[in-house]
Amino acid sequence: MSSPILWIALPFTVGTFILLFINEKYATWIGGTLCALLSLTAFFIPIDTALLLGTLSIKIAPAVQFFGRSFELNTADGALLTIIYGVATLWFFGAQVSGTATRFVSLGLMIISLLTASLAVEPFLYAALLLEVAAMLVIPLLLPTTQKANQGVARFLIYQTLAMPFILFSGWLLAGVEASPTNIGSTTLSGTMLSIGFAFLFSVFPFYNWIPSLMEENSPYASGFLLWALPTFTTIFALGFLDRYTWLRTSPQLINALQFTGVFMVASGGIFASLQKHIGRIFAYATIAETGLILLAFSIQNIDIVILTISILLVRGIELPTWALALSILKQNSNSLKFSDLQGFFRKFPIATISLIIVHLSMLGFPLLAGFPTRLAIWQLMANISPTLLIWLFMGAMGLLIAAVRTLAVFVMTDEESNWKLNEGWVQITMLGLGVSGLFILGLLPQALNPLLKHLPALFERLSQ
Amino acid sequence: MTDIISWLAVIVILIATTTLLIHKDWRISLGALAVLYLAMFWHITSHLPFAMGSAKLITGWMVIAILGMTRLNLSNSEEEKKSFYPQGQTFRLALMAIIALASFAAAPRIETAIPGLGVPVITSGLILIGGGIIQLGISTNLLRISLGLLTFIAGFEILYAAIESAILVAGLLAIINIGLSLLGSYLLIAGSPTQETQDEV
Repeated sequence: MSSPILWIALPFTVGTFILLFINEKYATWIGGTLCALLSLTAFFIPIDTALLLGTLSIKIAPAVQFFGRSFELNTADGALLTIIYGVATLWFFGAQVSGTATRFVSLGLMIISLLTASLAVEPFLYAALLLEVAAMLVIPLLLPTTQKANQGVARFLIYQTLAMPFILFSGWLLAGVEASPTNIGSTTLSGTMLSIGFAFLFSVFPFYNWIPSLMEENSPYASGFLLWALPTFTTIFALGFLDRYTWLRTSPQLINALQFTGVFMVASGGIFASLQKHIGRIFAYATIAETGLILLAFSIQNIDIVILTISILLVRGIELPTWALALSILKQNSNSLKFSDLQGFFRKFPIATISLIIVHLSMLGFPLLAGFPTRLAIWQLMANISPTLLIWLFMGAMGLLIAAVRTLAVFVMTDEESNWKLNEGWVQITMLGLGVSGLFILGLLPQALNPLLKHLPALFERLSQ
Repeated sequence: MTDIISWLAVIVILIATTTLLIHKDWRISLGALAVLYLAMFWHITSHLPFAMGSAKLITGWMVIAILGMTRLNLSNSEEEKKSFYPQGQTFRLALMAIIALASFAAAPRIETAIPGLGVPVITSGLILIGGGIIQLGISTNLLRISLGLLTFIAGFEILYAAIESAILVAGLLAIINIGLSLLGSYLLIAGSPTQETQDEV
């Protein structure tokens, strides 16, 4: 058995099998259990190390050849696989109670396996192609056959497709830059192409206009999954670039661009969120602000860059499924996610509304919640660089806080005679409870992540030196 | 002789891209795309083996078949809808002229910076990329968006074939092309009256 077969081929095959043969009721259990098993395997069984079970020796080989190219998942990838498949477990178990499109689990498994393949492929540049294939699979997930295609979906497809050529060309140019670093022309060209490619992939301003419309017009759970999966793997892909090319990570122009873009996204995301009257759109702007935070983490010239970035991703992996599930529950029981349709929902769906507000607070960096430690670290590091940056970051956080308060005000806006009811099902309550508990635990005890995070610097050795 | 054919291929690509941009009839657009893939095949075989070039040509024509068969089963009401974006053929022709001029001007400079690609290959690649981006920028019609993306990818493939010959890349690009056409078909069908009737049945 080799690691690419276990963490790439197996989920892809199971996803295809579920799509063709399995009832959706069982699909969530099969998908969720498979991801949980893969996550636990990645955590407990080191790749490329012989393990003796009595007389039986087990060893997971790290590589497999495919069309003359290698797919490799090494020992260092174990922690990352644990996180990815652990978060995927949450998404798949939540799918059944979210009432999302029937193909969520099957397509979700295929998407995760393709994205994992993007981590494993050598040369790593080919990841851009796999990211594009995964992005294409997202479309049927977002859009059931009965729903008319909308602008958000079309824009998403356009931007993801435009990203791929820029990344592939820049990668080819970067190889030339490595050979002759004094050639300013090709350095500038490759840097520019790389920036444009990642601007599309990360949906940097002004390319993020599809996110709010997607959240408004499509299933919040499927859209939330997309907003977790693609940025997570894009972040790891981008870390790979920074790790490989020394001149890139030390380039003052790139660092300035990352800081400016990151701060702009945090501030604009927060400010726009405060102006929305649709809680799906607020979710969209909160994720945009968080992507800005990831870009800021990239700009940090510090050995903790890897741990900080992956910590943001890990916390995001708990926040987004919980928030998306709460949104799905509310959407199933109201005409829309507009403020006007959600008045008084606090008394009808107390668990979903409280969970939504707690996750929202975590995403703005509220103390005692999981989002706080990573944001505090970034705020401190940014304060050392420029107090102006910090002011803009606080403006973004304030915008998100205003959005949270407005949402809460809408939820509690009801007459005194309304009765309290618990309309959520027990599975919904369990899933939301798990998510919210996770946020509190990671907020109060951030060191709980240490067993996972301690191995990650080995994945990006040069960045962590 | 090879050079002359390469420049002829550039002209064919320019005409096909312009046709794709200015013609509203989907049949003519798909025909132009088919011709475009033929010219692209010529450019690609100057850098890749004949078999790989043929695979790209067949993929391209499969893409056209998928889109054509889907469009054939849909009514014309979608195309008749008024769009906010500029519709005038003169405007589109002017845009295409700018792209063509920019491509012809930039190609020799790019060839100097990255030797070995060939000026005709670079010119064709840039025309297709520019044409694709214009198509994406001025159209909200889903078939037009698909055609724009396919044109853009075709331009990229011509250029990338000159620098990368891996089978895995060729395979993944073929998957992306077919995937884009399937998605285009899916987006065209999703929510259409035909689909709703089928679901009701």
